[in-house]
Amino acid sequence: MAAKEFDIPKLPTYIEIPELNHGVMDGDGPFKSVEEFQKPLGFPGEKIDNWQEVAIAKMGELKSKYRSVQVFLDSCVKCGACTDKCHYFLGSSDPKNMPVARQDLFRSVYRRHFTFAGKYFPKLVGAKELDDDMLDDWYNYFHQCSQCRRCSVFCPYGIDTAEISMAAREILDTVGVGQKYCNQILGKALTVGNNLGLPEPALRDTLIDLEEEVEEDFGAPVKYPLDVKGAEILLITPSADFFAEPHIDGLIGYGKVFYQDGVSWTMSSYASEGANFGMFIGSYDIMRKAALRIRKAALDLEVSRVMVGECGHAWRVAYSFWNTLSGVGAGAQSSDEHAMRLQKQLDDRYPQPQHIIEYTHDLIQRGKLNFDKSENDDRTVTFHDSCNVARATNMGGIEGGQFILPRDVIKAVCNNYVDMERSTIKESTFCCGGGGGLLTDDLMEIRVKGAMPRMQALKEVEKNEGVNTLAAICAICKSQFSKVLPKFDFDPYMIVSVHQLVSAAIILDKPQTTNSSPDGQTDAEEPVIEAEETAETE
Amino acid sequence: MSTISIIFTALFYISLFIFIVGMGRKIYQFSVTPAPLKIPTAPTPLTQTGVVFRMIREVTLFESLFRSNKWIWLFGFLFHFGLLLVLVRHLRYFIPGDLPEIFLLMQPFKYAAFAMVIGLGGLLVRRIFVPRIRYISAPSDYLMLLMLIIIGVSGVIMTFTNNHTDVIMVKAFASGLVTFDWANLPTETHFLVHLFLVFVLLAIFPISKLLHVPGVFFSPTRNQVDDARKKRHISPWALKQEKEHAVKLDQTLGKDE
Repeated sequence: MAAKEFDIPKLPTYIEIPELNHGVMDGDGPFKSVEEFQKPLGFPGEKIDNWQEVAIAKMGELKSKYRSVQVFLDSCVKCGACTDKCHYFLGSSDPKNMPVARQDLFRSVYRRHFTFAGKYFPKLVGAKELDDDMLDDWYNYFHQCSQCRRCSVFCPYGIDTAEISMAAREILDTVGVGQKYCNQILGKALTVGNNLGLPEPALRDTLIDLEEEVEEDFGAPVKYPLDVKGAEILLITPSADFFAEPHIDGLIGYGKVFYQDGVSWTMSSYASEGANFGMFIGSYDIMRKAALRIRKAALDLEVSRVMVGECGHAWRVAYSFWNTLSGVGAGAQSSDEHAMRLQKQLDDRYPQPQHIIEYTHDLIQRGKLNFDKSENDDRTVTFHDSCNVARATNMGGIEGGQFILPRDVIKAVCNNYVDMERSTIKESTFCCGGGGGLLTDDLMEIRVKGAMPRMQALKEVEKNEGVNTLAAICAICKSQFSKVLPKFDFDPYMIVSVHQLVSAAIILDKPQTTNSSPDGQTDAEEPVIEAEETAETE
Repeated sequence: MSTISIIFTALFYISLFIFIVGMGRKIYQFSVTPAPLKIPTAPTPLTQTGVVFRMIREVTLFESLFRSNKWIWLFGFLFHFGLLLVLVRHLRYFIPGDLPEIFLLMQPFKYAAFAMVIGLGGLLVRRIFVPRIRYISAPSDYLMLLMLIIIGVSGVIMTFTNNHTDVIMVKAFASGLVTFDWANLPTETHFLVHLFLVFVLLAIFPISKLLHVPGVFFSPTRNQVDDARKKRHISPWALKQEKEHAVKLDQTLGKDE
């Protein structure tokens, strides 16, 4: 890692709006993608010759396909309300990290090419040409946006920089200037089935090992089934849950909850990924392509419920987009064959898709789970609302359910819970700093700086309330925090999955005989779905 | 009719025409551009009624702005609310003949001009002196405020100083524009400036940031119901693509179904 040296921000006693520090985050941006990762996604392998022409045409196409882009480009009055809302600005003080300034990199080009004032009076309205410098700025600064949508909450018109950032990244990809991290991962997800590039045999081995480990540790035959046809629930979880710490302790937790409920469930080796980086790069087609794998797995495994593990943007894609992209949901018209084929199979007594937190919460409400809360007594817990869950989704079908349910679950399994400062949680939550396709080492500087506002709020509750545990329901948040917590003098192991807390407290007392599972929950010797023949990613 | 009256009469119809056609085209563009995905921003209403109330709060109270920045909210609200009252009061000039009694109640609305000018002044001061806002400002952003301030101040001068304009004449001119019974207009400079800038404002409405007025109603993060799981939301272009299985990625990554 040849990262450049940078100062780690000091944590102030309260968040101050920094003075502008021009160009402090100028740079080349993250590593660029190469042909091998670009081609499979249908993007040019390198910057094409007539890139300006193609980029402007693409901009025109996007603004005609997305009302958000068109309306947001036209509506901004430069009031300045968003200027102090972005964690990357607060942490870096680079003015181009103010949401409106970030958008203006895009908007100035839009004005130059698509508006009367910009065509004839460019200086007057700040219209600019899309030249090499501007494209470099796009690449650099649109990869300093985690698409967390905090600015959108505070904008009087709801202008969402994430939409502009996605459009900019799609244009960049279209002219052959892609980001290596996202596009390489997408290649793996779309061929092997998960972001890690973990083929079916490796995944199966991992899960068998996990079962042995859990039985040893907890004395109960908790299963982690793969490719079980006819199971009731298909669990789609971020692949980090299979390997990474602390994620895997969350996966252990899901398994224990399923075990205690006695429901039959399975994961899929074909669709072994909850994350969908298609959203980060702004491509509807690629996002849909990734979502269709889950649809196929649900159809092939003949499940009646689709459930999603702890992953922020995965839940956004699942909750808000799956119904649109792949028909995983409800309420399609009877003439809509594509959606109906799946929706007839799914059990309409449950929300489709359902979040694992909704599921666990429901079991707790119905008294089906028993906990020994004292198991978590060494912890004082606070909850980090992950941006995509907080601002783009719901849980439980009640207003603000996405804030209430996770906290309810934590409080059901822990005695000591406190919230961070109100202006840094719920719909105003600060991003962890690593979302939106930035979770890569070549962006470490912006990740650390962008984490500052969250770290500041955490420092407060650590000092005043003795908080020693930070719980989250997002794989990216967990990975990001593991990396940045030590930089701000926190224990890197203080970040946990919510289901890790559940796992620690849950009492596994289910009688072993009454298993409502269909054929073979215990063992899945014959995978019904053939893993694709594309295990290698070269 | 005097030459100046003819020019201003013509300018009125020209700017009004540009306004109507321009706004019509823009609103049409906003309405036909699909929103392919559900992207409401929290705190999100779960019902259509909830969305209506959210939008009402947004356009009458500037709810999001209030949460965001109290100074911008205060100045923005003073300006917009002042402008609204002033505009309502201006209706009297366009209604031919005697006015309904309700207009007596609107007499105090003239003081709203001060709120308007104070609000605009506050916004301009912030734009000049807050470095973050100065950074994001283009010349047109200052000009827009200046223009509105001049409109407001010239109106205040006519209403509250000894430089009164002949309002009877103004009424004859303005109502004449409505009834096509054209009349001469007073020719004091501040009145002509006032009027001219209003015409300019009308004309640039559809090609400037004033598009935030229709824009807010079309903003998907504010006007969508959060019911993605219950109803399938799909745009025409996505549906067409789905039907044709036209996702070009099939060629590089294989078919899914």
